[in-house]
Amino acid sequence: MSAGLYSTQAKDFDKTLDLTKVKPYGDTMNDGKVQLSFTLPVPCGAEACEAAKQLLKKMGLENPQVVFYKELTPGFTFFNCYGSSTVTVDYSNIYVPKVESNTMEMPETDEYIREHIGRKLVVIGASTGTDAHTVGIDAIMNMKGYAGHYGLERYDMIEAYNLGSQVPNEEFLAKAIELKADAILVSQTVTQKDVHIKNMTELIELMDAEGLRDKMIVVCGGPRITHELAKELGFDAGFGMNTYADDVASFICQEYVKRHNK
Amino acid sequence: MQSKLGLDFKKVEYAKSIAANIAGSVQSFVEAYTTVAVERTLCRLMGIDGVDANQVPLPNVVVDHLNEKGVLSDGVLFYIANAMIATGKNPQEIAEAVAEGKLDLTKVSCTDAGKLLEVIKPVVDASVAKIRARRERREKYLNTIGEGSKPYLYVIVATGNIYEDVVQAEAAARQGADVIAVIRTTGQSLLDYVPYGATTEGFGGTFATQENFRIMRTALDKVGEELGRYIRLCNYCSGLCMPEIAIMGAFEGLDVMLNDALYGILFRDINMQRTLVDQFFSRVINGFAGVIINTGEDNYLTTADAYEEAHTVLASDLINEQLALLAGLKEEQMGLGHAFEMDPMLENGFLYELAQAQMTREIFPKATLKYMPPTKFMTGNIFRGHIQDALFNMIGIWTNQGIQLLGMPTEAIHTPFMSDRFLSIENAKYIFGNMKSIGDEVEFKEDGIVRNRAKLVLNNATELLEKIAGEGLFNALEKGMFADVKRPKNGGKGLAGVCQKSANYMNPFIKIMKGAR
Repeated sequence: MSAGLYSTQAKDFDKTLDLTKVKPYGDTMNDGKVQLSFTLPVPCGAEACEAAKQLLKKMGLENPQVVFYKELTPGFTFFNCYGSSTVTVDYSNIYVPKVESNTMEMPETDEYIREHIGRKLVVIGASTGTDAHTVGIDAIMNMKGYAGHYGLERYDMIEAYNLGSQVPNEEFLAKAIELKADAILVSQTVTQKDVHIKNMTELIELMDAEGLRDKMIVVCGGPRITHELAKELGFDAGFGMNTYADDVASFICQEYVKRHNK
Repeated sequence: MQSKLGLDFKKVEYAKSIAANIAGSVQSFVEAYTTVAVERTLCRLMGIDGVDANQVPLPNVVVDHLNEKGVLSDGVLFYIANAMIATGKNPQEIAEAVAEGKLDLTKVSCTDAGKLLEVIKPVVDASVAKIRARRERREKYLNTIGEGSKPYLYVIVATGNIYEDVVQAEAAARQGADVIAVIRTTGQSLLDYVPYGATTEGFGGTFATQENFRIMRTALDKVGEELGRYIRLCNYCSGLCMPEIAIMGAFEGLDVMLNDALYGILFRDINMQRTLVDQFFSRVINGFAGVIINTGEDNYLTTADAYEEAHTVLASDLINEQLALLAGLKEEQMGLGHAFEMDPMLENGFLYELAQAQMTREIFPKATLKYMPPTKFMTGNIFRGHIQDALFNMIGIWTNQGIQLLGMPTEAIHTPFMSDRFLSIENAKYIFGNMKSIGDEVEFKEDGIVRNRAKLVLNNATELLEKIAGEGLFNALEKGMFADVKRPKNGGKGLAGVCQKSANYMNPFIKIMKGAR
């Protein structure tokens, strides 16, 4: 019989949900259960396990359990662990900035542009800087789209240009000027050592210097991008995980109308 | 061969014959041209290495020198050989003199071709012998300590620091990896030179340099001896320095090279004339060095849909095969690419993937097929991702793939942690052992989903090849027939480095190395 499964420890916690003191949930309110896996650069053995447990405790996890460990190569040990969080968060007091637009479906967006703008919006996108990954920009722009959400190329009222990957910021802006872009989309997928922050900051600085910043809607996206980060860097909006072409198109057209109907 | 899919091999032969026509018409273009990358490769084959005072590699110095004088069409060997006769110096000394501005190669008096070939012959022979010795060294390892069984387990390391890569690579080898690929730093494919020396900084990968190759090769030989299993080393023979990377790999004993005829054109916007000329010489070198080339068809499916565009992968494999044959590569050295990239929510998607993989196996029976894992539909859900990789591994063992490029549960999050590689290798080893003989046991029912799918993909690929043959490969690329990407014949990067060969031009290495042992 496994001691872990039938543990009788710590069953006396308060089982009511208090949104000012939220804890992780395993199978009982406030049990605080968290699972972690990590590697320690130490030889595999009892000392390694003890080190993992101590680490969990320092992370604020009580009743730390090492449920699996294995040597990856001499001097490195991999762990799967569980523990119960001792810390809580106040959910009732959380504020997250979000993109303020109503997401519309493709036909609705096309209709909105026809009615409120009366011409096609020009949108150019690229994976800029050293980033060679087109997965993100393709998901938003390609005809086919992603996960059932058609890309901008399919919109009747959007003229979409996908410049691909590794586009330098200067070249990207030159193209934006040439095509008289209403909006530009920057995709950043590979983000090691925060290159994306540097690259995105540089784009905004270039736009400021050229006096372009207010003339175009500037949007970024990628798995590690949040709207909050985007705003901080001087973009109009940022689209992270689980956002699609409809979200981007809806924002662009609504933002355009907001700016031009003042 | 008995097809488990009921494939009509007459149709396969027909498809291969059209692909051969397509490749043949490319080849007549290729043979009339050279590029700066090909010429730099010849410099390296002449023993020119190192950098000048500004860190510019000497092969670049020499080739740029000739290009500026507008005489690149004569080829570097013509000028180096003449300079050897006129000055009595060796090629390295000549390159150094050019770098110091003490020698203008175009001002050296010229002699006839027979004498030129004679003067470079000892250097040519020495380079060829060096590559041959490297190949024999690998063969000796394979005959003594042996290798892992196929599909080879292929994992990547990508820390940016070659010394840290060594730690990761050794760990991966001990966990069971058969092939270690050192991912290149982002953007290296667009550099028109190969950096020099050991490097410790990179983004999303590590610079491919000859010294880095040497460091990793030494480490893998050591760990291979310890494990009693030869560990292959893979790098990227693509981008603007295709043949140069090939020659560095040949000198340093690399075993596997990404080397696609079309990838750079489609996905890096490298000029098509440049890439097609470069791929030929790089493949001649890879063939002679005993390197397995990997083609990049999997990349089509990261932009185009894997279910709808599956036939473009097969069509490209067929063209890549014919171009490789023209460069003297043996079928066993062809790691033709394909991938497990269909939407995981597609009903019966597994069966379509199985059909594609089995079909590819049967159409290229001797090839060391390279099978690529799911990437496009990998999300931050590492738990589902691990299962997607498991399904991919099942097809790998089932259809007897050559190189299984292991998927990582953390694909789409970060370059692999040491533990990610461990989990992926464990996944593959478990499935490869547990399902070892399933391919021998199972056939596919007549008129069933798998057989019909394979038939459909082959038919569609054949139709596409017919269209490409009608257009010619250059026009087909201009019209976006692959991966929905359109590339102009005179656009893209690196076009300035292409030039037609003159009557003075010589490259004795092609004759010596092509298809030879």
